[in-house]
Amino acid sequence: MTVNELTGAMELEIFALPAPENSITGAYCGDLLSWVMGRAEPGNAWFTIMSNQNVAAVAVMADLSCVILTEGVRPDPQLMEKAEAEGINLLGTALSTYEASVRLAATLGP
Amino acid sequence: MKRCAFDLHSHSCLSPCAENSSTPDVMAGLFALSGFDIAALTDHNSCRNCEAFLKACEHYGILGIPGMELNTAEEVHVICLFEELSSAMAFSEYVYKRLPDIRNRPRIFGEQLYAAWDGSITGEEEKLLISASGIGVYEAADLAAKFGGTAYPAHIDREANSLLNNLGFWDGGMGFGMAELSMACPADFPSRREDLAGVRFLRGSDAHRVEQIPERPSQFMELDKLDRASVIAWLRRRNTL
Repeated sequence: MTVNELTGAMELEIFALPAPENSITGAYCGDLLSWVMGRAEPGNAWFTIMSNQNVAAVAVMADLSCVILTEGVRPDPQLMEKAEAEGINLLGTALSTYEASVRLAATLGP
Repeated sequence: MKRCAFDLHSHSCLSPCAENSSTPDVMAGLFALSGFDIAALTDHNSCRNCEAFLKACEHYGILGIPGMELNTAEEVHVICLFEELSSAMAFSEYVYKRLPDIRNRPRIFGEQLYAAWDGSITGEEEKLLISASGIGVYEAADLAAKFGGTAYPAHIDREANSLLNNLGFWDGGMGFGMAELSMACPADFPSRREDLAGVRFLRGSDAHRVEQIPERPSQFMELDKLDRASVIAWLRRRNTL
């Protein structure tokens, strides 16, 4: 499934969508950036409540397909800019990280 | 007694998020120009530009304090300050060994530059210094003390890398008696939280470039003698529970 398709299926808010055709391989949930850098798999969607510009840097480092801010968190202006500049898809949802993960799992299917 | 102006939180070009032009000598010079008597360099997880900073501070006639902004395993930032450069360097090596083996990507995070006291660039650090170290926040106070220093959590009012945000509340068991507030923190912030009762506060500029060094000092410590031993002793007294 592409990030573009997921955005429609989960009705995600778009903050930046420079690479809509990125393919989603699975997901990683977490707010400690070092853990994400060390553990997320390439192509993962990343659920987080962190909204500072290092989020985009970590997404590049870990080669993630998109970042999904949960709990209605809004990105800092610097994060918006950096996501656009680095080609990182930055999306948002009002759902909690748990609820959003369940929705993603159901959307991706078995 | 001397009334000494201080700022104890600043970064040099070794921190990837700092400007490359923020060499230790430039930061030291601006602290002196702005009227500070005491300034600390606290790069992320490293003290390796401190020798240059201390020498530059001496050149500009102010007192430099060697320090580090430690990133704990919980991604809480903790300011660690030392009396001796040699202890700071030993602490720096200890922390370096506990950083994950992730290489910096300068295009994304920024360069991590070593500089000499005259501002010349002497090398580049390849390991990413802003990673979380393997040191837990409950270990930090004791560890810094063991190395002859003192440690307290940085910018606890902020959202990112703050003790209150990452851990939820202040726990005296962590061993800190003092905390740093950011320059922008509202004055009534501490009184809004019961868990901060009894904690002492100071502010840190967290300057990553010269423009972020305050135009004039707003904090002072009363010292008999302007030297590093007196500064660390003053901090320790306030940092005890």
